[in-house]
Amino acid sequence: MKLTCDIDVHHLTRVEGHGNIHIRIRNGEVVKAQWEVVETPRFFEAMLVGKKWENAPYLCGRICGICSIGHTLASIRAVENCFNIVPSEQTAKLRLLLKHMETLQSHILHLYFLAAPDFLNTGSVFPLIKSHPEVVQRAARLKLLANDCCDVIGGRRLHPTRTVVGGFTMLPDKYQLEQLRQRLETSMADLEQSAELFASFAIPDFSRETEFVSLKGKGSYPFIGGSLVSTDGVELPENEYLQMTNEYCVENSTSKWSRLSRDSFAVGSLARLNNNFAHLHPSAQEVAKGLGLAPVNHNPFMNNVAQLVECVHVVQDAIRLIRELTAAEWQEVRQQVTPQAGTGVAAVEVPRGILYHCYECDQDGRIVKADCVIPTSQNHANIQHDIQALADNYAKKGSSDKEIELLAEMLVRAYDPCISCSVH
Amino acid sequence: MSAELSYMGVDLTRPRVAFFELSSCEGCQLQLLNKEASLLDFFNLLQVVQFREAMSEKDDTYDVAFVEGSVTRADEEERLKIIRKRAKILIAFGSCACFGGVNQLKNRFADQDWVKREVYGDFAIDTQPVRPLADIVEVDVNIYGCPVKKEEVERIVTDLVVGKTILYPKYPVCMDCKANENICLFDLGEPCLGPVTRAGCDAWCPNNRMGCWGCRGPAEAANVEQLKNIMAEHGFSSETLLDRLECFGGFSAFVDGLRQPQQDTGKQGSGI
Repeated sequence: MKLTCDIDVHHLTRVEGHGNIHIRIRNGEVVKAQWEVVETPRFFEAMLVGKKWENAPYLCGRICGICSIGHTLASIRAVENCFNIVPSEQTAKLRLLLKHMETLQSHILHLYFLAAPDFLNTGSVFPLIKSHPEVVQRAARLKLLANDCCDVIGGRRLHPTRTVVGGFTMLPDKYQLEQLRQRLETSMADLEQSAELFASFAIPDFSRETEFVSLKGKGSYPFIGGSLVSTDGVELPENEYLQMTNEYCVENSTSKWSRLSRDSFAVGSLARLNNNFAHLHPSAQEVAKGLGLAPVNHNPFMNNVAQLVECVHVVQDAIRLIRELTAAEWQEVRQQVTPQAGTGVAAVEVPRGILYHCYECDQDGRIVKADCVIPTSQNHANIQHDIQALADNYAKKGSSDKEIELLAEMLVRAYDPCISCSVH
Repeated sequence: MSAELSYMGVDLTRPRVAFFELSSCEGCQLQLLNKEASLLDFFNLLQVVQFREAMSEKDDTYDVAFVEGSVTRADEEERLKIIRKRAKILIAFGSCACFGGVNQLKNRFADQDWVKREVYGDFAIDTQPVRPLADIVEVDVNIYGCPVKKEEVERIVTDLVVGKTILYPKYPVCMDCKANENICLFDLGEPCLGPVTRAGCDAWCPNNRMGCWGCRGPAEAANVEQLKNIMAEHGFSSETLLDRLECFGGFSAFVDGLRQPQQDTGKQGSGI
């Protein structure tokens, strides 16, 4: 039993954005365990008001530097749903392929550059360049591949240039796609070694019963659009997302929080996997089994493993998509866009969980109201409750301040939070 | 460490470098980890002593500070002043730092309380009008772009380390675009700020058939009046021109005349 403990982490490192952790234990009781979000708001929802529809994807990609492709695609889908535009099969495949490669890029960045140093007892990836060169080279290779794919399809890995309402500004080169497919096939060896690396890590033994929210797969692992589902049995159509997110403001956070059936819920790789395990590619399921991950798993640290499993899935699915795209003749790159008054909702699974954009437009396609609900904002309340339970568990075990501090940091990192995105 | 680094036989010192972010998407810092093939060479030029997004170690003694993002709250202003005191060279890293970036779009509303209420309702939230770094401290080097282009970052950082003068192209994006033999975006029916925007990005967006949005700010002697004529000739409204000119803050001197008070929401003013 641990009697007293004072932990104050100011601006947690190796996460995107600014958050603090405070833990106080007195006489063996956790009297304070707080996840504080201090990020400055940028007011994207207000910025959009009065702007024509074509500004939305371009501006909203800038909500996030890591998942700019996800935001751009969610924004495009919201506008298209508002104008009753259905993307062509070719456009849908290219967008999914682009999304897959962002997922791979983002997960690899998180797993190797942000999460792995904790398990390898260093403060960053930089010392690993000397101590574990093969690990860093593998991470760079996978990240480069994902980014190259994003460049070829989206025009640019960060803040994509080819993605527009109605389709794309231009199509990728089929020869380049074929080269990427070959590199993707080869990358499976790197992913297998990544799985071996993560199998060697001691994942903290902690779990707390949690409600998991994601898109619901219909015949395939879900990424763009569809119905919303929770492990507590809630199921809603995409355009009723507000009943799923229930945002509210709290002290000590510039990000809004969310709740559904309980005080908090979780989104992200683990949530997607918990709700849609059967739709994962067989080789991804195999990696999951090898790493001891089966649905429904309530250990938030396993989100790292779930991300790795998803890397295998998106690589396999990207190979399929490229085969189908290169086998077909190119169709029209971009549809005509005719604005109409209405409201469009988009739910898209981005690396950190389900993302919603909703715009209300007038008859000229000018935005009169905008709403964006970010995965990390949906996770903040769950992070808060996890920190509380974690501090409680490890205080009872008599862990030192340093151990509890590291575990709390690792816990937040496991959610791969995108804090500036959550505040937007 | 310095003896390990040399350029044309001259030993060089690796500068102690720190990275910071104010209000931003942190994408420009992420660009530092891109261009993986030259990543190790790039970081070999520097002693990174603080980079919160990537490392836990932290040291407040540094020569060069890269600051991403714009200033939107009093605590950011204070942080920036402290960074300025500690750094020999302060770099405004990316368009948010250089001009306010997309963040400054909220400044266009005359009623800033409406901006807060639109997002947070009655919940009290602390925010100020968006300002670029140079409104608060002296900036030594600007690295433009949303996002910054890693090739340009590498060139500027190399110039800094070897002590060369940092130069920027004076010509507009249009020059690079023509050199790349792209079809003119205007001929494809797309609006484009290429004729007036500072080059250095190799016409990144026009190469992908997306017209330029001016994220790098005006080229030297940018002729915005003539651009207005080109846009009008191609049938683009002044609203479309304004959308692009006001997007990143670099053209703020040119947009006032274009803004129509009360043009849409009734909340739009002439900016701050």
